[in-house]
Amino acid sequence: MSLLERTFASLRDEHRAGLVTYLTAGDPSLAASGDILNALDRAGADVLEVGVPFSDPLADGPVIQRASERALASGTTLAGVLDLVARERRTIKAPIVAFSYANPILRMGLATFTRQAAAAGVDGVLVLDLPIDEAGLMQGELSRAGIDMVFLLSPTSTTDRIRKAAALGRGFLYAISRLGVTGARDSVARDAKDLVSRIRAETRLPVALGFGVSRPEHVSEIAQWADAAVVGSGLVDVIARHGRSADLVARVEEYVRWMKGR
Amino acid sequence: MATRQIARFGRRDPDARGYYGEFGGRYVPETLATPIEELAAAYFEVRQDAHFQRELDDLLKHYAGRPTPMYEARRLTEAAGGARLFLKREDLTHTGAHKINNALGQALLAVRMGKRRIIAETGAGQHGVASATACALFGLACDVYMGAEDMERQALNVFRMELLGATVRRVDAGSRTLKDAINEAMRDWVATVRDTHYLLGSVLGPHPYPLMVREFQSVIGLEARSQILEQAGRLPDAVVACVGGGSNAIGIFDAFLTDRDVRLIGVEAGGEAIVSGRHAARFAGGSPGVLQGTRTYVLQDAAGNIEGTHSISAGLDYAAVGPEHAWLKETGRADYTWVSDADALEAFQRLAKLEGILPALESAHAIAYAGRLARELGDGQIILVNLSGRGDKDVQSVAKAIKGA
Repeated sequence: MSLLERTFASLRDEHRAGLVTYLTAGDPSLAASGDILNALDRAGADVLEVGVPFSDPLADGPVIQRASERALASGTTLAGVLDLVARERRTIKAPIVAFSYANPILRMGLATFTRQAAAAGVDGVLVLDLPIDEAGLMQGELSRAGIDMVFLLSPTSTTDRIRKAAALGRGFLYAISRLGVTGARDSVARDAKDLVSRIRAETRLPVALGFGVSRPEHVSEIAQWADAAVVGSGLVDVIARHGRSADLVARVEEYVRWMKGR
Repeated sequence: MATRQIARFGRRDPDARGYYGEFGGRYVPETLATPIEELAAAYFEVRQDAHFQRELDDLLKHYAGRPTPMYEARRLTEAAGGARLFLKREDLTHTGAHKINNALGQALLAVRMGKRRIIAETGAGQHGVASATACALFGLACDVYMGAEDMERQALNVFRMELLGATVRRVDAGSRTLKDAINEAMRDWVATVRDTHYLLGSVLGPHPYPLMVREFQSVIGLEARSQILEQAGRLPDAVVACVGGGSNAIGIFDAFLTDRDVRLIGVEAGGEAIVSGRHAARFAGGSPGVLQGTRTYVLQDAAGNIEGTHSISAGLDYAAVGPEHAWLKETGRADYTWVSDADALEAFQRLAKLEGILPALESAHAIAYAGRLARELGDGQIILVNLSGRGDKDVQSVAKAIKGA
């Protein structure tokens, strides 16, 4: 069993839903990202998504776009992100999922990326613009290295695509709550629950729901019918506002506890 | 006169997953995957639907003004001193560039699919104007994304789009040019895909766009091939076109692909110099990568981030090239070269003074290279140049560049 599988299995045993957190690595610096990842882990985040900044993040809303710009300006590359994971892996309990666009990975080369990600201790990989149809090669390579490939599903995904994602995906499936780019919203979309139940009908893989999750009540609502809620832009916004201040780590821990309703 | 009926089905199509060799594909966020499959299904249906094709032919003829003329530029030929130069006059279409061919085709398809709203990106503004025009014609809502820098240098086209009833949405992200406009259009589409069609303007993006846009633009080559046979009595020795995304080039190349003796030459923007950030010559400074839905040649750094580009012409100022061009390059069927800002500017003025034609700055790149090639090939040879658009939109930029020089 992979660490992602064990994590979701114990969440089910404990009858609680998990919290998945996203940050853009290198915003404001890779050193700060290391501190934040440890803080998230201590505060009880169940899965850590580590975003690889990319020059053209076309699936992201303004908050994560700005974070990518700051991370690129601080000199962050995919290689740097893998070094970060390698450095912090020993002190972090939660599984780490690398969250990237396709081009940085393809530029590094699939074989090199897989080798270095495995060596760094990356547990899962999610590629935003690599849908199931294009992902066969990467999934095979990652799987042989013991890394779970995680797929996104959307309210527009057909049953056929849900089945394919369930067959190819490992660890968990990431359900997108609504059409649109990443970013905080006021409420959980009605499409979301329907999508999760359509996924449940096809697979026993855990389902984490994200996009637009920004308040504790969203998390507790999602907890009733999904295995985990993903918070991205909300946390990235906290980092943007406190990135340079001395109490960044405390703010992040406080944010996670607030989202978890503790 | 050739009609679009001649060669419509199944030629040189990409494979079922949209690949031309190792280029192309469908690298999109999951939300777009199913809608794009639906778009492909709808497109493949109308591709074989005689009624749709008649409707489009009719619009191209009576609304867009096709066929466009083929003109032998004798004074330009004389000045170049060598091969005869023929110009395919896409600048004479309604709205002033080849972009209308694709805009009418896709808008007609969008209506078929029951979409009520169109989004489009634009660089030089010609595709934005063509999209706004088609939307006015069909009564569709239209939002056009345009980089802030391009809005400045193509202010006339911004106003034209607004007059046509479109909303121009300013994009301040990144390099504030075409690439960023496409990112923003994609972000809009991911949120609105159920009732909105993305009218992509070039042979870029995820499958089926590169194929669909090529087919809507292939009318250029079909006309040109029969016109040159009629006017020159034989096929040309070379066909020259500028390449941004590459839709006008693919449109004219397509009819000549199986004429193995006809050289096909695409001209990219050499900008100020072939130095990172100062040009848009993907085949000179790029390498295979994935950008905005397709695998093709892109200008990127060692970490896989997309590099900034520069060209005096907004329509060529883009970091990637259509995947079919990458494949034509890789297979050796077409050659790609580049022309600098300065040479394009010179060709712009030369065509104006010698022939009374103001070419778009994009097309001026093709004119500049064709002049060079004419001297190289010498007497008795024939070069066909796609004059993809007219230069009225560029008059201000040209004035600024000449005075600034």
